[in-house]
Amino acid sequence: MINGISIYEILTLTTILFFIGVYGFFTRKNLITILMSIELILNASAINFVIINTYLYPENLQGAIFSVFIIAVAAAETALAVAIIINLYKMITSVEVKGTELMKY
Amino acid sequence: MTIENFLLMRNEISLLAVILLILIGEIFVSNKKTVINIAIILFIVHTIIGFLPLEIGKLFGGSFRTNELVHFFKSVLNVGVIIVLLQANDWIKEKLSIENKSSEFYILLFATLLGMYYMISAGDFLMLFIGIELATIPTAALVAYETSKKKSAEAGIKFILSAALATGVSLFGISMLYASTGSIYFTEVSTLLTNTPLAVLGFVFFFAGIAFKVSLVPFHFWTADTYEGAPISVASYLSVISKASAVFVMVMVLFTVFQSLSAIWVNMIYGIAIATMFIGNLFALRQQNMKRFLAYSSIAQAGFILLGMIANTDLGITTVVYFAAIYIFSNLAAFGVVQSISHKTGKENIDDYNGLYRTNPKMSLVMLMALFSLAGIPPVAGFFGKFFLFTAAASKGYYLLVFIAVINVTISLYYYLLVVQAMFLRKGENPIPFYKNSIAAKAGLVIAVLGIFVIGLYSPIYEYIADISNFVFK
Repeated sequence: MINGISIYEILTLTTILFFIGVYGFFTRKNLITILMSIELILNASAINFVIINTYLYPENLQGAIFSVFIIAVAAAETALAVAIIINLYKMITSVEVKGTELMKY
Repeated sequence: MTIENFLLMRNEISLLAVILLILIGEIFVSNKKTVINIAIILFIVHTIIGFLPLEIGKLFGGSFRTNELVHFFKSVLNVGVIIVLLQANDWIKEKLSIENKSSEFYILLFATLLGMYYMISAGDFLMLFIGIELATIPTAALVAYETSKKKSAEAGIKFILSAALATGVSLFGISMLYASTGSIYFTEVSTLLTNTPLAVLGFVFFFAGIAFKVSLVPFHFWTADTYEGAPISVASYLSVISKASAVFVMVMVLFTVFQSLSAIWVNMIYGIAIATMFIGNLFALRQQNMKRFLAYSSIAQAGFILLGMIANTDLGITTVVYFAAIYIFSNLAAFGVVQSISHKTGKENIDDYNGLYRTNPKMSLVMLMALFSLAGIPPVAGFFGKFFLFTAAASKGYYLLVFIAVINVTISLYYYLLVVQAMFLRKGENPIPFYKNSIAAKAGLVIAVLGIFVIGLYSPIYEYIADISNFVFK
């Protein structure tokens, strides 16, 4: 718990982070920045878990442990996505969304 | 807790042993085709062990739970994976083993299956989350498996990015549920959850994550592209095993954990069911590629499954599980034919199937059975599955929804029969020449067709499912 900062401020921050991530996911034109937006979403959830754990239910550690798993899984997900992007780059020499329009509708 | 308690995870432990043995075999056996055979034999042994009865119980303070229904469903998934492996056998032996990528295919595939096991026997949100991720991340690697093809990489990136977004949204929802109840265990959440705005918002966000895996309508955009770009065996695995396990999780979570919010999710599912059926069917009408066609047809089938869920009774669980089992076999038969033809001739469009009956009568008959089962025409199992789903929805008085579903069945009949017409009635200018399937591919198709008939006509299977699914509403 942090002195002088209530749970409302932090939850507002994480919600803003979350929606920046969602906005970025839908508007960005570059695959790497889309990946960064997803990281924002996942990190917002991880912070949420820790904060809710510390402020509301400090008797158990469920939220804190959940956030550790989120970080681990997010790393695995990013690693695989970057691997696929690199493979795509080898073929189309670009990481733009425009390059992935072979299949539509 | 003693060491015997871990035997509750017998399915998972034996699958993990299979994965490790393939890993060791990859290192020490020099002939890669031997590794392929070993992998299939090991998995068949694992499936046979899986049929043995298992005790009911919980592990890790309720994180992992198993009961007869979960155990039955794992066995169904095992049989489905065997069919996928048999049908993929030629492709793996002739394409992948030359590029020296065959053993990893099995390791990744079994890893996703392990994730699905944990997903369907999860007892808390953490285990559910890890299971879903373990089922999703290796699947993305499998989708992008043909590293020399542009389409495969494109499908892979589309799949992994949408999956990651769905995961993130779902996690944010779980954090809200955690905020409103203070627990992540299903049993505690189900008792503490009340109809507050925070809980409802959390539920909606969480639902988006699973709806993505089932490819319900607002979250279906990845489906067609991923199926088209992925290798066919991976597409069939995605559309069948992955979707069926997600459907199972969805029905269990909705009926047990979110029972107190049922007034809200029933309305949600009502709308999503209508949208999913219409969009799946209408988009399937205009497809030329068989893989895209089956992708949209599988979206529409997911819409029909929602009719069983809306019943919110024992009957709902029974019909959903029963339909999922039928759907696995029907769709695998259809994908098996598409895969075999695509592997031998490289043709994937509906027009290429013109006059198939004259050259390859057996394959066309298998396809006919599969499409009839998907459309729901009486002698095959699909009819009974759909009939029971509609009964479940009608038992709660959703007659309008059943009516809309029947309209959709009619639309779907039209496009399924387009393929039948191409195979049986049209004369192709240069039809696919006659060829012989390998034994493995034949076995895969025969098991799938047998499944279509046996599940529909042998009624004790339905009674058995009804018998073991009555534990939720006591």
